[in-house]
Amino acid sequence: MSLSELVRRRPPVTPGEAAPPAPVPTRKIGWRVRLKRDRSLLIMVTPAILLLGVFAYVPMLGNVIAWQNYSPYTGFLHSPYVGWANFERVFTNPLFVNAVENTLIITAFQLVFFFPIPILLALLLNSVITPSVRTTIQSIVYLPHFFSWVLVVTVFQQIFGGAGLINQTLSNHGLGSGFDMMTNPDTFLVLITMQSVWKDAGWGIIIFLAALSTVSPELYEASAVDGAGRWRRMWHISLPALRPVIILLLILRLGDALTVGFEQLILQRNAVGAGVSEVIDTYVYFQGVVYGDWSFAAAAGLVKGVVSLALVLGANKLAHVFGESGVYKRA
Amino acid sequence: MSGQTPEISAEAVVLPQPRRRQRRSKHRPAWEGRPSIGGQALKVIVLAAVVLAVVFPLYTVILTSLSTQAETIRVGGLVTVPGELTINAYTQILGGGIVARAALVSTFITVVGTVLSTTVSVMGAYGLSRPGSFAHRPILFVFLITMFFGAGLIPTYLLVSSLGLINSYWALILPGAVSAFNVLILRNFFMGIDVSILDAARIDGAGDWRILGRIVLPMSRAVIAVVALFYGVGYWNAFFNAILYINDNAKWPLQLVLRSYVLQGVTLPGSGVGQVDVATGAVTGLPIKMAVMVLAIVPILLVYPFVQRHFTKGVIFGAIKG
Repeated sequence: MSLSELVRRRPPVTPGEAAPPAPVPTRKIGWRVRLKRDRSLLIMVTPAILLLGVFAYVPMLGNVIAWQNYSPYTGFLHSPYVGWANFERVFTNPLFVNAVENTLIITAFQLVFFFPIPILLALLLNSVITPSVRTTIQSIVYLPHFFSWVLVVTVFQQIFGGAGLINQTLSNHGLGSGFDMMTNPDTFLVLITMQSVWKDAGWGIIIFLAALSTVSPELYEASAVDGAGRWRRMWHISLPALRPVIILLLILRLGDALTVGFEQLILQRNAVGAGVSEVIDTYVYFQGVVYGDWSFAAAAGLVKGVVSLALVLGANKLAHVFGESGVYKRA
Repeated sequence: MSGQTPEISAEAVVLPQPRRRQRRSKHRPAWEGRPSIGGQALKVIVLAAVVLAVVFPLYTVILTSLSTQAETIRVGGLVTVPGELTINAYTQILGGGIVARAALVSTFITVVGTVLSTTVSVMGAYGLSRPGSFAHRPILFVFLITMFFGAGLIPTYLLVSSLGLINSYWALILPGAVSAFNVLILRNFFMGIDVSILDAARIDGAGDWRILGRIVLPMSRAVIAVVALFYGVGYWNAFFNAILYINDNAKWPLQLVLRSYVLQGVTLPGSGVGQVDVATGAVTGLPIKMAVMVLAIVPILLVYPFVQRHFTKGVIFGAIKG
């Protein structure tokens, strides 16, 4: 084995010379040699590949039941094929249409009332100049991200529910009782957005703060000397620094447009009713696991998966058009 | 330096009439003027409100869990001002019964799951950290595809049930054991390690296993801690998997107990909790409910401070860009 084989990735560098910017793949080495050389690496990847293979890829194949009339007794192999009948049922089903509508409404509402909050908070926190104060606030606002949805919903129930703190305070002061956001379908959209903000808005600022910390202080200094005030510095320096991150997160959000807080919603479906809280994921769960209409539910889930994939790829394409790097680079 | 001149002139103006309020923060850069009083006040108010919005609910939940049931009945719900205090709720739920058992189940799943997931992910990430190694790109794609296309709930459920994992704790661990996202966080960090160190070890005759164990792991403690926290929190908090796969409520993890007993107000049969309820006549005691909530938070509060300082921009930023 030659030295260049031992030292993978790049040709030998003469002392004093800067390292080449990108690692050069050793294409000239034959695959047999590389297989032998990289045996340990392949063994290391194997457990992860096996787990993904069994629990991510086998279920992908399992989606064939969307074209079958599946029954647990006959199994994947012996259930009759029914063509696109399940998909036709999905698209003509008013409950599925309702679930899609609810999903899109929740996504749009949260895009307007959730998405900007971490950006504003990050700008605000970035202007706090005392490091100890800033890190303390950061540690506190990140924390709810690590709570479970059961916990978050329970906390909200204890505060905004019929037996909660707000109603209790109102009635103690004779200001009327009956305040109960947890079972009110009309305010449900506001409620779940408040829950999402409480849980994740603080965590959301971490990436914006990271982007802001890469801005050179000299930029601020130079513009201040040139007479730019605080607002102009924020508008012309801080916000442009956040632009790539904002676009990146918008893309990710768009790709996730059909995925809205599954655990959050299923916990509250009984309290407010399916009319406002049924989203695609909960609909799939109830049709399949609860009511046993497996093929229909799989078809509905598959529609969601394919549309989501198209959304991510489309949004990423859009980002490239606008000259941003997007989630993945053009290969 | 262009910043020097304005600073000196500003000092010259301020010095003749020094006031105590004019003391500038040592962290404020020299070129930046003092903020207006109104703006400063607004900033303090908004930040205080944000902090309070997180801290206050936790405070009142913890305080209620430490109050007597009589106190909660007197105030009509959650306790906001300390009154009669007791640790009865905790001795009740930890003394045995379904809550204590669920806490043990959750601990077991979290520990086993986190160790398994972190080990598999670290190995996978290291195996993927050499562009140009055998089948590097196809293997990378195997991971990436799972981030963009999920198989869906129904086929996954059917698979787990046909593997005979219903009512098994492995059903709560294996399906989500590897997150491509976390593998990419680790891979991104490993690829940032100076190659000359790894090359030196290789020339000295170290194989990949030894390099991973002796060089890469000690250099990556921070990022591994963060990934382990992500996995651990995921296992501790998961409740929907348990709804799907665990029908036997003797095997419920803590989040399911929290949901049924606290959120939905179901009285669990045969639990130590039931005895209190009989004594007070109430269906369920608020302090005990809140104590179950605190029990669900405590492990996170214990681990969080140690890992939180590693949430550096390198770890998070690299993850998103990866």
